This record gives sequence, C-alpha cells and structure tokens, in this order.
Amino acid sequence: MSFLTPPTTSAFGERLTLHYDPGLKRNRFNQIANAIAAFFAALAVVPLFLVLIYVLIQGGRLISLQLLTQLPPAPGLTGGGIGNAILGTIIVTLIAAMIAIPVGVGGGVYLSEYARNGWFSRFVRFGNDVLAGVPSIICGVFVYSLIVATRIFFDQSYSAMAGGIALSVLMLPTVIKTTYEGLLLVPQEMRMGAYGVGASRFVTITRIALPAAFTPIATGVVLGIARAAGETAPLIFTALFSPFWPDGVFHPIATMSVLIFNFAIMPYEAQNELAWAASFVLVIMILGANLLARWISHATRS
Amino acid sequence: MAAQRYRSLKAVNPSLNAVAETRAEIRWNVHADRHQTRMRSAPSSDAFTLRRRPPQEKLIDIGFRQLTLLLAASVGIVLIGIFLTVFSGAKEAMATFGLKFLTTSAWDPVNEQYGALIAIYGTLVTAVLSLLIAVPIGLGTAIFITEDLLPRRLREVIGLLVELLAAIPSVVLGLWAIFVMEPAIRPFLSLLHRTLGWTPFFATAPQGPGTAPAILILVVMVLPIITAISRDALNQVPIELRQGAYGVGTTRWGAIFNVILPAAVSSIMGGVMLSLGRAMGETMAVTMIIGNSLNFSVSLLAPGNTIASMLANQFGEADGIQVSALMYAAVVLMILTFVVNVMAQWIVRRLSLRY
Amino acid sequence: MSSPSPSSVASDVCMSLQDVTISYGSFEAVKNVYMDLPRGKVTAFIGPSGCGKSTVLRALNRMNDLIPGCSLKGRVIFDQHDLYDKRVDPVEVRRRIGMVFQKPNPFPKSIYENIAFGARINGYRGDMDELVERSLRKAAVWDECKDKLKESGFSLSGGQQQRLCIARAIATEPEVILMDEPCSALDPISTLKIEETMHELKRSYTIMIVTHNMQQAVRVADMTAFFNAEAVEGGTGKVGYLVEFNETENIFNSPSQQSTLDYVSGRFG
Ligand SMILES: Nc1ncnc2c1ncn2[C@@H]1O[C@H](COP(=O)(O)OP(=O)(O)O)[C@@H](O)[C@H]1O
Ligand SMILES: [Mg+2]
Repeated sequence: MSFLTPPTTSAFGERLTLHYDPGLKRNRFNQIANAIAAFFAALAVVPLFLVLIYVLIQGGRLISLQLLTQLPPAPGLTGGGIGNAILGTIIVTLIAAMIAIPVGVGGGVYLSEYARNGWFSRFVRFGNDVLAGVPSIICGVFVYSLIVATRIFFDQSYSAMAGGIALSVLMLPTVIKTTYEGLLLVPQEMRMGAYGVGASRFVTITRIALPAAFTPIATGVVLGIARAAGETAPLIFTALFSPFWPDGVFHPIATMSVLIFNFAIMPYEAQNELAWAASFVLVIMILGANLLARWISHATRS
Repeated sequence: MAAQRYRSLKAVNPSLNAVAETRAEIRWNVHADRHQTRMRSAPSSDAFTLRRRPPQEKLIDIGFRQLTLLLAASVGIVLIGIFLTVFSGAKEAMATFGLKFLTTSAWDPVNEQYGALIAIYGTLVTAVLSLLIAVPIGLGTAIFITEDLLPRRLREVIGLLVELLAAIPSVVLGLWAIFVMEPAIRPFLSLLHRTLGWTPFFATAPQGPGTAPAILILVVMVLPIITAISRDALNQVPIELRQGAYGVGTTRWGAIFNVILPAAVSSIMGGVMLSLGRAMGETMAVTMIIGNSLNFSVSLLAPGNTIASMLANQFGEADGIQVSALMYAAVVLMILTFVVNVMAQWIVRRLSLRY
Repeated sequence: MSSPSPSSVASDVCMSLQDVTISYGSFEAVKNVYMDLPRGKVTAFIGPSGCGKSTVLRALNRMNDLIPGCSLKGRVIFDQHDLYDKRVDPVEVRRRIGMVFQKPNPFPKSIYENIAFGARINGYRGDMDELVERSLRKAAVWDECKDKLKESGFSLSGGQQQRLCIARAIATEPEVILMDEPCSALDPISTLKIEETMHELKRSYTIMIVTHNMQQAVRVADMTAFFNAEAVEGGTGKVGYLVEFNETENIFNSPSQQSTLDYVSGRFG
C-alpha cells in the first residue's frame, strides 16, 4: 500500500523504454554472432554437397549394366567394370557382420543384463571405448600379423576371410555399445513382468528385453555395417585386391574401397573413371543404409 | 559413433506381445510334457507341471550367461591381442633404434636406417591444425542447429546433412581431394606462398599433394563428429537452465556464452579429444593427398607424411627390419590415440557438472 | 477489482492482461483472461494442474517465446507498453520482470558468480560484493553461503539452490518477480524460509506466485486468482480460464463462484 514505487535508487543504468533497439551493443553483438554461426553451418554443409555432386556426376554418368557386371580392364586398356569389387564388398562385409553381430550383441547383453558394476564390466566398457578409438589401419596391421603372415587358413596369406575379420574388429565396439545402450533403455518393469510369470533369465532376455530393444540395436548395427563397408585401411593388406571374380573366401578378393584407392592413384584415365564409378556405387549403398537406419528408428516410433 | 541417439524406446507393443507369447509357450510346454511328468509324481495341481524348473532349463540359463560373458571378454582379448601383436612386431626395431627412432628422420630401406620423426610430426601437425579449424566451425554449426535461430525443420535438415557427411567413406573423400579439391584450392595456396612465403610454414611452392590439402580433408572428416557431439551436449543442457539465463535478462548469445556453453563444456571437450584421436588415426584420405614424402619439411605446402599413411603405403611390401620399424611407428600411433582417447573419457567424467 | 476493465489502467496497476488467449500450436491452453495485477502486492495464482497458471505466468515476461509454437492473442500492458508489441525487446522485458522457476536452476558457476552474472549483464556499476551479500541475505541464504561463495552453485542443497535462484532474481532489482511454484520441490523448513523472504520482498517488489498450496496462498498473498479448466466441444484438451480474481480473504472466505468454493474447500482438484 505504501511502497508503490519500484526501486529507483539503484546502481543500474536507466531503463526507460521496452523497445528493441538494434543499435545497442548487445543487440549488434547478437546479430554478428548469428551471422557467424550461420556462416559456419553453411561451411559445414558445403563439402557434403560438393562431394556428392562430383560423385553423382563423375560416377553416375558411367553407370551401366556392363560396368556393374564386368571385370576391371588391365592397366592401359579401357572398358570393363567393377562387378567383382561390388560382389567382394558384399562378401567381406557379410563376413564381418556375421562375426561382429553375434559377438557384439552377446557382449552387450552381458554388460547390461548380467554384469554388476565390478572391475570386469568396467574393464570391458573401457576396453570397448579404447577399441573404438584404435585407428583402423592398426586393425589391419593386427589381422595381417595374426592371420595373413601366419598363413593360418589353409596356408593362404591374403584372403577375404582375413579382410572380413579385420572389419569385424572395427564393427565390434559399435555393436556392443549399441546393444548395451539399447538394453539399458528397456524399462526394468518389463523384465519384472516376465520374471513374474516365471520366465527364466534366458527367456526374459531373448524374448522380452532384446525384442524391446530391437529398434536401437538394429539402427546401430545397420550404421556399423555401413561404416565397415566403406573402410579401406584394414583391407589393403588383408583382403588385398584381385582383378578376378571372387574365388572362395580364402583367396584375395577385390572390394570397392580398395579398388578406389588403387585406381585413383594410377595414371590411367580408364582406371580413374572406374574409381569414380565405384565411389558412386559405394556412396549410394552407404547413404541408402544410413537412410534405412533412420527409417527403422522412425517407422517404429509411432 | 556419436551420431546415434536413441531417445525413445518404441517397441513397447511388440514386447507386450512377447510377454503374452512367452506365457503361451510356457502353457504349450505344460501340455507337451504332461504325459512325462504325470508319471513322476502327483502334484497338487495337475495343470502346472513346470513349477519345478527342469534341469535343462537351468543349464541353458547358466550356459547362456557364460556364453555372453565369453563374448564380452572378447573385447578385452582382441584389445590385448592388438597391443601384444604390434608390440612384439616392434621389438626388433625398438632394440635396434631405441628412442632415437622418435627424433630422427632417416627412412632408408637400403641402409636399413629408420626414424619416424617426419611421420610423427606430420601426424601431430595435421591433426592439431585440422582441429583448430574444425572446432569453431563445428561448434558454431552445433549452436546454429540447437538454438532457435531457424525453424525446427530446417535445423533438422542441416543436422541430417552433417551426419550424412560423416557417412561418406574416407577413400571417396580422398578421391575427391585428389581430383577436385586440390586443383581447386591450389591458387589460394599459391597466394599464401607468395604473401607468406617468408615464414617457414609456407616456404615452398604448392605442387599438388601436400600437408595443407591433407589438413583440409581432415577438417571435412572430423567436422561431423564435432558437430554431432556438440549438438548432443547442447541438447542435454536442461531447459530450466536456459530459462534461468533468459529470466535474468540475457540475450541469446549472452545465454549461450555464459550459461549454455559452460554447462556443456565437458562433453564438448570430450568430443574434441575423440576427434583428435580420429584425426591422428585417419588413413585413407590423408595418404591419398599428403604426398607421402620421406623428406622433412616444415612447410605446410610441401608433401608430408603421417604414421597411418606410412603404414598404408609400405606395410604390404615391406620385409625384414622395415616391417618392425613400421610396427614401431604403429606402436607410437597407438599410444598417441590411446592417451587421447583415455583423456577424452576422463574429461567427460571429471568435468561433467551435476544438474 | 474483479470486473474486467480492458481500457482503463489505474495507476496502482502494475500489469494488466486484456483478453489474453495463449495457445500451444493450435491448442488453446488458456482463454480470454482479463486481470489487473496490483503494484507492490503479492498475487497468487491457484487452480488445478493443467489449467494454465504457469502458461499465464510465463506470458508476463515473454518466457513463452522460448517454447516453439506458443503464441499469444490479446494484450499484456506493463509500464504503458504492450509487451507483445513487435517493437518490444523481450530481453528488456525480462530485465525488468524477473523470474524464479519451479525447479532450482543455478548456473554452472560459483555461488558468487550466479548472483553477479545477472547484475553484470544488467549493467550494475555498484559494489558487487555488497550486492551479492545483500541479495543472499534478502533471500535468507547468506548464512549457508557466506563461507563458500567460490564453490559451485550445485554444491548447495535443493532448498538452498532455490533460495540462491531467488537471490539471483533479486540481484538484478527487477520491478516484478514471477515465481512458479517456487516451493514445490522443497522441504517444509525451506518453504517457510522462502515465505518469510517473500514477505520481506513485497515491500519493494510486485510478486506473482503460482502455488498449489492453499495455505501458502493465504499466508503470503494479498490477491488471489483462481483458474480452472474445462473440456470444450471439439477441443483436443481442457481449456483454462480465469474464474475469479479478488482479495485473498474474499476468495477463501466468500468466493462468488461455486467452483472456487469447491476448490478452496478441497472438494475437488
Ligand atoms: N510446452 C508446452 N507445449 C505444449 N503444451 C503445453 C506446454 N506447456 C503446457 N502445455 C499445456 O498447456 C496447459 C496448461 O499448462 P500449464 O500452464 O503448465 O498448467 P499449470 O501450470 O496450471 O499446471 C496444459 O494442458 C498443458 O498440457
Ligand atoms: Mg505449472
């Protein structure tokens, strides 16, 4: 009743109007900062467009049935295709997935369903993060020393199998982490419900928890496969390369990524062109897988 | 994989079905086993013959647990395997060259003299400089797509594009760098050479592959990681904290610089360290554009080398002590990335704030 | 006082809401609110959950701007300005109308900096140490904080954090302080302390407070506004509206509306 006036005897500057004043220092600063952030965002998006445009134009114009189904030409010759590399990428990636998915899902199940927060699970989680950070070329060196140099598979050195194993080492941390985090999201009540009707641990995990976490796990696995399909470094001295059609999994095999690497640095135009064409196929496959992963996580949301 | 977020769990209905199915299966088992169990004993209620778990079910339970334990352990086994393999391969070179390996730059297969200075220097310089460029851009982008500067749809599209950039294989980026980027930026690099040629960093004329283009392609590669991690970190700053900042009358950027970024700083720093590890270990794009030089040059416009690209180039054809020297270089790379990655985790854990 | 008077704005009116309707997207959360909030008094907003009390409160300093899709029709008059005029700078508004939130939300800074930050951006030129102490004292948290001003704001307990946030709001010397259920996360003792603080504060500030606690409204508020929500034909959710706005005594002892009586006597909500 008596104190009707606001505190005017303050050390704050005068604040008379409520109107927006673009000339104020803070508002000018805001405008500049907005512009800088917008510029940076544009910078971040530009490379994607440039790369995509070139891959689509340079590679896309070469695509034909012949290109997708024939063998690459000998150096100096023209024509030919990348059929063996496409098939090889699929084979090597499949081998990697067939190793990494069961191992990774199993490991993730252990971490989220069985492990108490003891030293072992802490070590595995830590080791998983470290493994995820190991440079992919080191995975190649590892598998080379372990499998290629020792000729462990039927006295064969370079092989599709070795390449697949190298890629699986790369995929493993992704699958484990994805499974672990996906399972953590499954509400405890759901497991309780299953235990409550007398289900065993095994049944609860495989029939309740894993299906409930299917979406995040599938999303992560698809992304992991997509990343592995584009990897080159672990393959250059494990799967090596081959100008011929795949000859079983215990022989060297062509892959698109290694083909791009080999053919990009060759001084022949025909080979350079095949590198662009392989880039096109690879990028389409990988972006397709990424969009698929996104679709999986969207489609099941509703 | 920074870009993966699983905000919501959707499969609620399927799992409820699974509960029902499990029940149905248990009931089914009841019927299937009835004629066996009837002989054993006469339970009080005939309908539930599985009140006692059959031994094979217990076996499956235990076996499954042991199996997953083994699979989880495989991470440790692989990791230790990698360390042991690379170390044992490097032993010979370690004994021969000692620590001098790290400080000399001879790489001479003929006289069997090896030193990894060029590659170590190149690894550090390319990684650090690329981050110096990528961090402000990535952080600016992340702010741009988390704060309400644009309609939400547009922000999501930009975020998606940046994530897709991360999906492009590095060998494709390398191809693009050779045939498109390097020719396109050479005039600018020449300009740099002409204006700043008096400094040692730009002392040589650019002639194709070199350290500078390698740095730029690394920027393209780590930018999506930094953006994605910063974006997640900013999104996790609670709305209440933003409201608090606006409530005392800050402007948007006042809130960003004084409240939101400090709250997110630990995750962002962790992301930056992770990207540093990535940049140091990145192989294909770099090896295709850096020039793989065996001569030391401080100039960023001259060809250079990194440990990873040296491995990619020489490991397949090397023999004798050269293999061991390469393994020694691999050990150095592994230790560098290991330290950086562990620091990343440590930063996230130690500096993270409680809300 | 309770009769809607859209045009005339008396001199002792601090803020005036004139036919305010607030929507989230196409959903109208509160409709047609008329209110003249008196200066230098405490006004309590009461009503069942979801009737739009917080929404109205946030509209008073344009905090709803931060919520995508939230829009307001009508006029909110403060100091002869319509706050939702295009030319009005929301930052300016919030500097004069401070806010305390339901959940304590200290900044990730030291206790000292939590207070000094707001003052500094508001251009405070006086003795900062003195301001920090004065604000913390007014918010009844000085004794707990004085030995650890350099420590993080998160090192305080929940009740202390909330009082720190009140101190933070006072430190910028706004003319109005909005409080959205400031005690809902607190224990009774902290609540009591904050109520004492409010009694202290109303000598120099105008306060609007949302509360679920009717005793609290009786204890601290001079005026009380009762909101309610009703489902409407064809609507997607309940639409909130202002039922009755009057002296607190009248609201609790002789309300003019049956629903107010039901609510304050605990017969519903
Ligand atoms: N951010 C928001 N987005 C959409 N709807 C909202 C949001 N906040 C509140 N609402 C809706 O507005 C109505 C009023 O909410 P609120 O003002 O929080 O009520 P109260 O504070 O009285 O409990 C509710 O129906 C609520 O669902
Ligand atoms: Mg509320």
